[in-house]
Amino acid sequence: MEEEIRKDIQWAQINRDVLHSMASPRPAYWALVGLCVAVVLVGVYAEIHQYRFGMGEARLNWPQMWGLYIANFIFWVGVSHAGTLLSAALFLTNTEWRRPVYRSAEAMTSVALLTAALFPVIHLGRVWDFYWVLPYPNERGLWPNFRSPLLWDMAAIFTYLNSSMLFLYYGMIPDLAIYRDNATGWRHRLYGWLSLGWMGTDRQWRNFRKGYLLLACFLLPLAVSVHSIVASDFAMSVMPGWHVTSFPPYFVAGALYSGCAAIITLFILLRYTFRYEEYLTLPILDKLCKLTFAIAMVWVYLNLIEFASVWYGHDMFEKEVLLEKAAGPYAPAWWTMLILGVGLPFTLLVKRVRRNMLVLLGLSMLINIIMWLERWMIISPALARNHEPYSWGYHWPGWVELSITLASFAWFTLLFLVFVKIFPSLSMYEVKEMLFHRRHVSDRLVREPAPEADSATEG
Amino acid sequence: MGIERMIKQWFEFRRSGQVGDEYHRHEYRWGMTIDLDKCIGCNACVTACYAENNLPVVGKERFARGLAMHWIRLERYWYTGEAGEKKTRFSERGAQYLPMLCQQCEHAPCEPVCPVTATYHTPDGLNAQVYNRCIGSRYCSNNCPYKVRYFNFYSYYDTWQTPLEQQLNPDLSVRDKGVMEKCTFCVQRIRAAKNRAKNENRKVRDGEVMTACQQACPTRAIVFGNLEDPDSQVARSWKVHKMAFGHNEKKEGKKPVRGYRVLEELNTEPSIQYLERVRDTDV
Repeated sequence: MEEEIRKDIQWAQINRDVLHSMASPRPAYWALVGLCVAVVLVGVYAEIHQYRFGMGEARLNWPQMWGLYIANFIFWVGVSHAGTLLSAALFLTNTEWRRPVYRSAEAMTSVALLTAALFPVIHLGRVWDFYWVLPYPNERGLWPNFRSPLLWDMAAIFTYLNSSMLFLYYGMIPDLAIYRDNATGWRHRLYGWLSLGWMGTDRQWRNFRKGYLLLACFLLPLAVSVHSIVASDFAMSVMPGWHVTSFPPYFVAGALYSGCAAIITLFILLRYTFRYEEYLTLPILDKLCKLTFAIAMVWVYLNLIEFASVWYGHDMFEKEVLLEKAAGPYAPAWWTMLILGVGLPFTLLVKRVRRNMLVLLGLSMLINIIMWLERWMIISPALARNHEPYSWGYHWPGWVELSITLASFAWFTLLFLVFVKIFPSLSMYEVKEMLFHRRHVSDRLVREPAPEADSATEG
Repeated sequence: MGIERMIKQWFEFRRSGQVGDEYHRHEYRWGMTIDLDKCIGCNACVTACYAENNLPVVGKERFARGLAMHWIRLERYWYTGEAGEKKTRFSERGAQYLPMLCQQCEHAPCEPVCPVTATYHTPDGLNAQVYNRCIGSRYCSNNCPYKVRYFNFYSYYDTWQTPLEQQLNPDLSVRDKGVMEKCTFCVQRIRAAKNRAKNENRKVRDGEVMTACQQACPTRAIVFGNLEDPDSQVARSWKVHKMAFGHNEKKEGKKPVRGYRVLEELNTEPSIQYLERVRDTDV
C-alpha cells in the first residue's frame, strides 16, 4: 500500500512549511481579497435596495414565498457538514489520513455557517426585527413560538456555529503556541494570548486530549441534528413535495455530499497555493474521493426512496409536484441536477480521475453547483404546485437575489482567505503525531508482528 | 400507579372529544357557509373586502406578477370533461366559482410554524394575525393549503393619495411592507358588536355582525355567524348539511347533503362550509 505521508519529514520542516503559509501575502492574495470585497459590496447594495423597497424586489411572489435565499441557506449549512465529518467523525473512528486535511475542513465548517446564518435574516420581510426570534427576556413577556421549525433552526444554527468554532479554536491551541514561539512583536503577544499559555506539558496534553474527545463526541450528533432540523422546515409542513419523512436523512446525505466536494476543492487549492504537497498527498485525496463516492451513493438511494414513496403513495398532489419537477419549466435544472448528481460520482471510481487534480478540481466544483441546484429544486418546483390549483405559479430569480447569492460565495471565499492567513490551515501537531505513529508504532508492528496480526493477514 | 394514570390521561388527551369542543365553554365560535349554487361570480365580495379592510390595489403589472392582496378571491375553474369525454370549448356547465378566503382552520397549519407567534387562535375560533408581531418569514403562507395569506412585498400606503386616504377604514390599520396579512372575518366588526353587546349586557344577536363580503353579496350566498348558538342561521345550515368539526368525507365515505369543506382530508378543520352547486344535469 502507498504511504499517505512521507516518513522522513523533519518536524522543523513541518513548522517551516505551515508557518510559511501565514507569511505576508503576495499581491495575488490582495487581488483576490479585493475581488471578493467588491462582489460582497454588490450584494450589500442589493440587500439595501431590497430593504428600501420591499421583498418584492427579490421577485418573490404568491405562492412562491421562499426562493433562492432559503436554497442558499440549505446549501451553506450543507457545505458546513463535511468539516465536522472529517474533524469529529473520522477522529472518533481513529482514521489516520484525516489529520492533514481536517483543519481546513473544520475552518470551512465555521466559515460556511457564518455565511448560512446570514440568509434567514436577509430573507425576512422585516429584517430590523430579526431578534424577535430569539427567546430574550422582555417587558411584555413575549416568547417566540417553540413549535416553529424556524425557531429550532435558529437554535440549531447558533449551537452548531458556536460549538464548531470552539472546536476549531480548541484544536488549534498547540499550533498557535508554535506560531507564538516563532513570532516577534505584536504577533508574539497576540498569539501568546490566543494560545492560552500553552506550554506543551504532559498535563496540558492529557487535558487537551480529553477535551478534544468530549467536543468531538458532542459535535457529531449535533451536526446530524442540525441538518435534520433544517429538513424539518420542509418535512414538518403540509405542502406536497415537502411533507416527506425521508427528508432529514436526505438533507444530511446531500450536505455531506456537497461538503466533501467542497473539501476536495479546497484541498487542491491549498495544496497548490501553499505548496503542501508533502502533507496533502495524492493518496489522501484518493481516500477523500472514495468517501465522496460512498456518501453520494447514500444520497442517490435517498433520492430513489423519495420518488418511490411518491409513486406508491398515490397522493394526487405529491405526484403533481414530481411531474412538475420532471416536466415543468424547472425541468432542465432538475434533470441536470439528477443526471449529473447521480452520474458524476461514478467517475470517481476510475483511478485516473482520482489522481488527476485538474479534473478533480472541475468535478468537485461542478458537484457543488449541482448540489446548489438540488436545493433550489427542493424549493421552487414544490411551491409551484400545491393543493390550490388557482395559485399555481413560478418564480425566477431577479438581479437582487442573484447578486446576493453571488455575494455569499464571495463572502465565504473572503472569510476563508482571512482564515488561512491568520491561522495555521494545516494541523502541525497532528501531522507530527501521524509521523511519529508511522515511524515508531507501525514500523515496530511490521518488524515484530504480533501473533494476532499474523493470523489476520493469513485469514 | 403513577405511570398507569399518566398513560390514561395521555390517551384521554389524545382522544379528547371532537375538534372545537373547547368552544362550548365560550359563547362564540365564528363560522361561515358559502352557497356555491347562489354564487354568480360577480366579485362584489372582493370589492367590498378591498373597501372594508384597507387593501391596496397593486396595479396591473404587479397583479400579473402575483402580488395581489385580495383577502377574498373568486377562483374560476372550468369543467374540462372526464377522461375520454369529448371536450367542448364552451362547456354547458360553464365556469365554476369558488370564493376563497381564509378558512379560519381549527387546526391551522399556519399557526405552529410562525417563529414569533404572530398568528394564533383566538378563544372565539378566529385565526388571528398580529401585524405588529410579524417579522415576515413567510412560512405561514407556504404552509397554508388554501394559499390565502398575502404578503406585503412592497409598501402600499402611498397608493391612497389625497384625497383617497379619506376612504380608508379607521377601524383597522394600514399594513406596511414586510408583514403577512389575510382575511380576519372582519374582526373589527366582530369586536365592535361584542363591545356593544357587553355594554347592553346581552349576547351578540344572530345577524348583528355581517362580514363585508356577506353584506355585499347580491344573492346572499354567504352566511356568517356564531356556530355556538344553535339558532343562528349558520349553525342551522351546518346542521342541515350534516357538517360538523371532525367531519371527514374521505375517511367516513359518506356524503352529506351538499355541504363540504375544502381539502377536508388534510384535517385542517376549516370553519367555512361550502354548499355544492346543483347542476341541471344532476337534477
